[in-house]
Amino acid sequence: MIEAPPQEPRELDGTGGVRVELVSRTFAAKRGPIQALSGMSLHAGDREIVAVVGPSGCGKTTLLELICGLQRPDSGVVACAPAALMPQRDLLLPWLSAIDNAALALRARGVKREGARALAAPWLVRFGLAGFEQARPAALSGGMRQRVSFLRSMLAGKPVLALDEPFAALDAITRGEMQSWLGRVLSTEPRTVVLVTHDVEEAVLIADRVVVMSPRPGRAVAEVPVALARPRRRTDPEVTALREQVYTALEVPQ
Amino acid sequence: MRRMRSGVLALALLLVLLGVWELYVDTGGADPLILPAPHAIAQSLYDDRALLWSNFLVTAEEVLLGILVAAVAALVIASAMHFFITLRRASYPLLIASQTVPIPMLAPVLVLWLGFGLLPKLVVVALVSFFSIVVTTMAGFAAVDPELLKLMRTFDASRLRTFWSVELPSALPSVFTGAKIAVIVAVIGAVFAEWSGANAGLGYLFEQSIPQLLTARAYASVVVLSVFAMALFALLTLAERLSLPWAYQPTGDSSR
Repeated sequence: MIEAPPQEPRELDGTGGVRVELVSRTFAAKRGPIQALSGMSLHAGDREIVAVVGPSGCGKTTLLELICGLQRPDSGVVACAPAALMPQRDLLLPWLSAIDNAALALRARGVKREGARALAAPWLVRFGLAGFEQARPAALSGGMRQRVSFLRSMLAGKPVLALDEPFAALDAITRGEMQSWLGRVLSTEPRTVVLVTHDVEEAVLIADRVVVMSPRPGRAVAEVPVALARPRRRTDPEVTALREQVYTALEVPQ
Repeated sequence: MRRMRSGVLALALLLVLLGVWELYVDTGGADPLILPAPHAIAQSLYDDRALLWSNFLVTAEEVLLGILVAAVAALVIASAMHFFITLRRASYPLLIASQTVPIPMLAPVLVLWLGFGLLPKLVVVALVSFFSIVVTTMAGFAAVDPELLKLMRTFDASRLRTFWSVELPSALPSVFTGAKIAVIVAVIGAVFAEWSGANAGLGYLFEQSIPQLLTARAYASVVVLSVFAMALFALLTLAERLSLPWAYQPTGDSSR
């Protein structure tokens, strides 16, 4: 098992926002220290959806773990409301039914089993999982598992959701459906979201703002606001134009 | 279908081996007093069935109680070692050292100490089966996905909650693996314990039959012991499938 590092002392700024200020983080590795982040800054207002895109290994996962309080920065400030993680792999517990998996965060907070199920049940219906409450994860499709996983993190009741490439493991068609689905869910259930992704189109479809990171050591190099009405379609000319803009920012030599 | 065919193949090989053995003894290759033919062993299994059964009950009690004690102790100790790293570092070398003590030497000492009854047999069986359960259980705890533990921490789950909800269920298949290894050595442990001082049991029956030149009866008790160990193994496999069906379900595309 891994040792728990001390929890980052959380500074609540009164809202459900996220503030990461000039944060650096270095890891010890076999071949010498690896600097994951160097002077990284990120802001997300209350109920704002911020997507973070960047090349592989630019410290995106480190950023999310800092936001979730799983790591502490070497320097800089991380001040944010409590955040729940949604991992890339669904990590559903294979011995639990869909409803008990969805209710896991509630159970973790000490809610009794029946109470947790009662709270989760209407959400499963809303998420298109009616009739699958008692199904084990092995009997669910990839998209369904990812929806249960999202629900589990949402029911943790934290103001901030940290999504770590949530749909990267899905096939292209399911991924497209899940992106539209997430956009709809977040428009009816607004949360502060930090969405880390490789998928520029996903970022433009879902986010209010896209932050572009440099290769390792990662820091924010560009910011693209996405002031488009929802729902957005990937074929909208505005969407494709913004997508190109983000790609251009990614390609700028550092 | 495939499993049935492999069962038929195993049975065919067994029959061939028994046939060769029978022929070897019948054609004078070995003195039946030293190596009885399979038909003589089968005869003894039938003729001595009451004797074998009453002695089987004694050994079965030793083995079953011993494994139960070992499994409970192993689960408690593996969990404690998982929770407390200092305890793990201090006790793991001792745990391995305890397994290097030869049981045939330890068994007579235990009989001197604890008497001729059930207790020393139970201790020996528990000692030999305990180790494999502890080691596999700890490996099961260690194999829990670290990402899952991180997730539980962002859900503010307590250490104990994470253990009950995630770590213990994840480790259960490993506990079964350890128990399946344990039942095989447990029977061997019971025989050594009976040889060190007993007045009943299949190991005792074997030991008594040899000097009386009742070799077929001695072999019959070995057959009963082997079948018992295999039955325990099969029973554990069945119990595992019934109690942990999720560990056998086919998994889909994006799961591990």
